[in-house]
Amino acid sequence: MKLTRWQNPEIWNVSPWRRMNTFRDEVDNLFNLAFGRLANLNPDAGSESQLLEGWFPPVDVYEDNDNVLVKAELPGMRKEDVEISFHNGYLSLSGERKQEQKHQDAETYRSERWLGRFHRTISLPCRVDAEKIKAAYNEGVLTVTLPKAEEAKAKQIPITVN
Amino acid sequence: MNAVAQQEEESACPQPVEQDRQFVSPRVNIVESKDAYVLEAEMPGVAKDGLEISLEANVLTITGRRSAEPAASLLYRESPTADFRRAFELDPSIDSSKISARIEQGILTLALPKAEKVKPRRITVG
Repeated sequence: MKLTRWQNPEIWNVSPWRRMNTFRDEVDNLFNLAFGRLANLNPDAGSESQLLEGWFPPVDVYEDNDNVLVKAELPGMRKEDVEISFHNGYLSLSGERKQEQKHQDAETYRSERWLGRFHRTISLPCRVDAEKIKAAYNEGVLTVTLPKAEEAKAKQIPITVN
Repeated sequence: MNAVAQQEEESACPQPVEQDRQFVSPRVNIVESKDAYVLEAEMPGVAKDGLEISLEANVLTITGRRSAEPAASLLYRESPTADFRRAFELDPSIDSSKISARIEQGILTLALPKAEKVKPRRITVG
């Protein structure tokens, strides 16, 4: 006879090793696994795109004439739980979302939010000035503003006619 | 008794004509303590003025509209362009006049207190 451990389904939802608890999430993660390596712009970060390893906050990259903007959706984090670093043309975002302490005495019915560590590395389309990078966290969205390096900005070249 | 707030999803319904944005379901955590249910929904990019919460019959609908995008050209996008919407059917034991909501850093926290008579009571023996 095989003895398997029985877990109350609600606890199953909360345990940190079982973050995917709906079919939709499982399908989403299959797509993340298949396309995550393609979508992740940094070719060296392949080990981060593994199923069951963590959650992937969606990241958008914008640019205008002076800046590159990177926006990551990280609702409900505190700024001390997020680390941003920049190295060699790659911007790294990582952090950890810890389990809420205030609900310890309550029974959980549904737990869909991701918990645990995340790590994303984004390669930038042009050179940026590392000294002037700024980050802001509003409405659950982390926006990192990276001013472009002078030589990377588009320049108007005047034409002289003799 | 399993007093659970169930959900209905709107993914297959056609949207009203004046809005052509699709909707996405926000992720939620629902917990029950002895006095109330607490629901936390993740709605990044939604500010207080983009939030609508309505209660009709026993159905609670939360809608979050994302704030405007930065005025820059988009290079790469992973986040959905849709607004958030999700509907929940409430257990009748919830006192709907005392529902409170708060949004902070993209997390909407709804407190749904249970009506007084449903809370567990000790009955003293006379």
